[in-house]
Amino acid sequence: MADESLHMNTKVVTKPFLLLAALAVVAVVLIIYRFMAGLGAVTNLSDGYPWGLWITFDDLVGTAMGCGGFAMAILVYVLNRWEYHPVVRSAILTSVFGYTLASLALFIDIGRYWNGYKIFLPWQVNFSSVLVQVALCVAAYVVVLWIELLPTILEGYPHKVKAVETRRRLTRWLPAIAAVGIMLPTLHQSSLGTLMVIAGYKLSPLWQTSFLPLFFLLSAVAMGFAATVFESILSSVAFKRPFETSMLSKLARVMAWVVAVYLVLRCADLLFRDAPVFTSGFLSVMLILENLFYLVPVLIVVSPSLTSDLRFLFLASCSLLLAGSLYRFNGFLIGFDPGAGWRYFPAVPEILITLGLVAIELMAYLYFVKRFSVLPKAGHA
Amino acid sequence: MKERESDLVPRHLGMVSRRDFLKFCSVAAAGMGLPLGMGAKIAEAVANLKRPPVIWLSGQECTGCTETLLRSTHPTVEHLILNLISLDYHETLSTPSGHLAEEAKAKSIAENKGKFILVTDGAIPMKDGGVYCQVGGRPVLEILRETAPQAMAVIAIGSCASWGGIPSASPNPTGAVSTSEALGGKFTLINIPGCPPNPYNFLSTVLYVLTFNKLPELDDKGRPKFAYRRLIHEGCERRAHFDAGRFALSFGDDGHRRGWCLYKLGCKGPETFNNCPEQLFGDVGPRSWPAGTGCPCFGCSEKGVGFTKPIPEQASLEHYTPAGLLLEHEGGVRVGGAQMRQTPPTAFAPIEPPEGHGVTTAAVGLAAGLAGVAVGAGAVIAMKLGKEKSETGANTEKD
Amino acid sequence: MGLSRRDFFKLSASGSLVLASSASPVPAAALEPVPRLPEGMGILYDATVCIGCKACMAVCKEYNYLPPDHHDPSNVWDDPEDLSSKTYNIVKLYTNGAGQVKDQEANGYSYIRRLCMHCVDPSCTSACPVDALHKNPHTGAVLYDKDACLGCRYCQIACPYNVPKFEWDKPFPQIRKCQLCSHLIPQGGYAACCEFCPTGASIYGNVQDLLKEAKRRLSLTTGQMADYPLRRIDSSDKTQRKVTLYNNHIYGAREGGGTQVLMLANVPFNKLGLPLLPAESTADRTETLYHALYKGMIFPYVLFGAVFYLIYKNTSNQDLP
Repeated sequence: MADESLHMNTKVVTKPFLLLAALAVVAVVLIIYRFMAGLGAVTNLSDGYPWGLWITFDDLVGTAMGCGGFAMAILVYVLNRWEYHPVVRSAILTSVFGYTLASLALFIDIGRYWNGYKIFLPWQVNFSSVLVQVALCVAAYVVVLWIELLPTILEGYPHKVKAVETRRRLTRWLPAIAAVGIMLPTLHQSSLGTLMVIAGYKLSPLWQTSFLPLFFLLSAVAMGFAATVFESILSSVAFKRPFETSMLSKLARVMAWVVAVYLVLRCADLLFRDAPVFTSGFLSVMLILENLFYLVPVLIVVSPSLTSDLRFLFLASCSLLLAGSLYRFNGFLIGFDPGAGWRYFPAVPEILITLGLVAIELMAYLYFVKRFSVLPKAGHA
Repeated sequence: MKERESDLVPRHLGMVSRRDFLKFCSVAAAGMGLPLGMGAKIAEAVANLKRPPVIWLSGQECTGCTETLLRSTHPTVEHLILNLISLDYHETLSTPSGHLAEEAKAKSIAENKGKFILVTDGAIPMKDGGVYCQVGGRPVLEILRETAPQAMAVIAIGSCASWGGIPSASPNPTGAVSTSEALGGKFTLINIPGCPPNPYNFLSTVLYVLTFNKLPELDDKGRPKFAYRRLIHEGCERRAHFDAGRFALSFGDDGHRRGWCLYKLGCKGPETFNNCPEQLFGDVGPRSWPAGTGCPCFGCSEKGVGFTKPIPEQASLEHYTPAGLLLEHEGGVRVGGAQMRQTPPTAFAPIEPPEGHGVTTAAVGLAAGLAGVAVGAGAVIAMKLGKEKSETGANTEKD
Repeated sequence: MGLSRRDFFKLSASGSLVLASSASPVPAAALEPVPRLPEGMGILYDATVCIGCKACMAVCKEYNYLPPDHHDPSNVWDDPEDLSSKTYNIVKLYTNGAGQVKDQEANGYSYIRRLCMHCVDPSCTSACPVDALHKNPHTGAVLYDKDACLGCRYCQIACPYNVPKFEWDKPFPQIRKCQLCSHLIPQGGYAACCEFCPTGASIYGNVQDLLKEAKRRLSLTTGQMADYPLRRIDSSDKTQRKVTLYNNHIYGAREGGGTQVLMLANVPFNKLGLPLLPAESTADRTETLYHALYKGMIFPYVLFGAVFYLIYKNTSNQDLP
């Protein structure tokens, strides 16, 4: 894998990097304030809406976008499509930071964080709770992702004997690690969806269904592919490197198939449950918008000329990421109604913290990509 | 300058200065809820030369209603009967007795037909022709029926005269009834119930009648509204304890010693209309009324409650309503009081109050701004990709 | 599409494995509904007897050491508008039109108490990852253990009555809700709201007895005088009152799997802010779905095994650096 990836020796601290750093500093200051003054001081969360922007965006959307590693692992290791192999590293990198930041954001969100370790004590834990499975699987997956990234890091120290030894051992354990790295996201991405089943009538029938685990899983896989395409195009533009268009086109087709299956099942579910799709006012608009965003990549992929057009590949991945994000926002926040009288919209500090966390994630990505051999070398696509 | 009537007051009322007299009238006016200017009007009415005559007929009474007048200080009872009114007949306070008293009464009635105030106290027995209470050999029932039509106004003082009182308590062997019932129920009269009533309720009413030549506003039971409009419960100083759930559970227990609500000891405040907590008794300072001293009200002024319901029985809360809501009715707009029966208050949480934190301009602006930046960046990238495509003309590598 | 037959086969095999397991959310038999505890204790609240005096609110604050909850900007009164981290129990008022007649839906008014319903199959305890919210095995009261709590607030999402409240204004926040005065039981005490209710609108006792009492009240004739127990269902103190109209439904007998706090009223319950819930609790629904997928951890192991096998086969064919 090492010879597929490029070692970039460019400067890490650029103007964009500094801008991101500024955003990060703002966020860190606000986070300190959050720990001093409580959640109410920086968020608009309330008893009616205890989960808001942070859970929905940082954790749900963040982990879904971090499913690049998961999706690529399925494609490469299970379905044996080794032509996608060069992109796996960058996918895993994106996933590492996506999931690590999501976990960090979670610790900022929970109120009694000093008890956080208790979730790992089997005698303390309530195994009937879906949240336990989510927490344990995500925690384990973060570890697995870092292990999957370890070869990349270790390559950065080619002269250290220990590093070379560890790399060799990791290579032997690859099947087990990869298998775990596929099993864990399958479990927790579907469970993330299952979280809302217990909300009952509080989640609109447009989204509330016993098929939530399936829908969240499929959309996470699709978003994983989309994130990979998106990240690949962006990094090529940013670092002025050649595009891997043909690989991305094929990837887009796989992505579109997953979405197509998802859309069919989703429509079937809405139909059989007789959900008030068109009679729910604003919620109907959001539902239709969400599914239109899903439809775009499918429509693009239908035409071969569009599929090989970078612009449309970019559009398809953006649209799918938007669709999946909107699905999660709809299913956890917008479609959630605890009763008349309650309202929620994120507060300015709340948005700024999220922005800062994303900035930190990007800064880490930029550092890694320049310091270690992550991005595919030209000509390997 | 024409001599004012009130200048004649010292001459007629002895050693009372005009200032003191006017003060008394103002206090009386205020006590009845009348505007300040009325004090002067009352002064004028009373200060005229002839003292208005009052005939006081007693039925089955304990003299408590007279005793209560003894406890008034403004005016004192001697001031009242010597200077303010001409009490021409009263079984306890009359100087003469026997035939002389009866003669004085007859003379007064004859002279003052249509101009005297008839006050009654005590219940009137109706059974067996009314033989169970006779004065001068004649049933009081007869005397009352004879006298009342000749009076200018009839005021029944005390629970016994107002609705029957103790004599009417079960099994009511004498057939005791109120003055109103004894008169066939068709008479317009004023009831001042209480056992005994606060003297000022009575005095204010008398003064009102003398001043304005009409009856004050009465409720459906003939009670003056200024005194009997509200429940005891609505004026009680222990009310906060009721609302907070602090109850004395037995006499002398910790709660009782702390002055907690006596509801659970059988206080009938919630179903008794009277102004005892406001007027108090005896002019000796605060808390000089039953509940104030730690003795639960037993509803002495309320028919169906006093001498009827067992003392320890918990009062019905049917009439109770927390005050606070403005109620519009023909008489105007009122707050609290008996009129507020069965009407909900405003000081409650609604079923679905607005809650949570919603949209702020700054947050929407920020979110929209970020969204705009993202869309803009996407557009820029898309354009770059387009330029890339047109520049190279084809894909950058072969399949 | 460019997928070889072998690839398609592999895709279907692994895909259908995933689909089959996550696509069976409604198994043949749902979990057995949770039965009521025989010693379960609860409260019967009768809105027709309630006079809105709020004594229950005042004593609840006192016996739970709760501070005043200010709504009016003057910051003087304890006048909460809803349950909160400082208010475990609130009396609310429903009005309609002129609001003149008590317990009448149209042009009438009614009081309603809101507090933790202490469900038979609570959604909050099922949701809580660390059993911070748990059900006492004898009294059935839903209790909170702050030492276990993570502050994740999943219980707030789960509760159909929106009962658990969070201390948003504190750096070390807790979840707050009615604990059925369980801390008073060792001294022989019981729910303070019931002990101090002057009219007997709230009474405490064994839930089976409370259910019987509720049914008795619904069977009484409107206008007749009847005995209503004060404070506790087994109290010898009773008050005589005239029976008024009742909506023929005991709220909590079956709602969401049943609750231990039962309610009677005349105004329909959904107008009083109580949600219309099916007999199946959402805890039951989630756990049914969850168990279907993860019973005995079969699915995860099978998945892992299959995926591992495929990967092993594929990677052994590859010449990995």
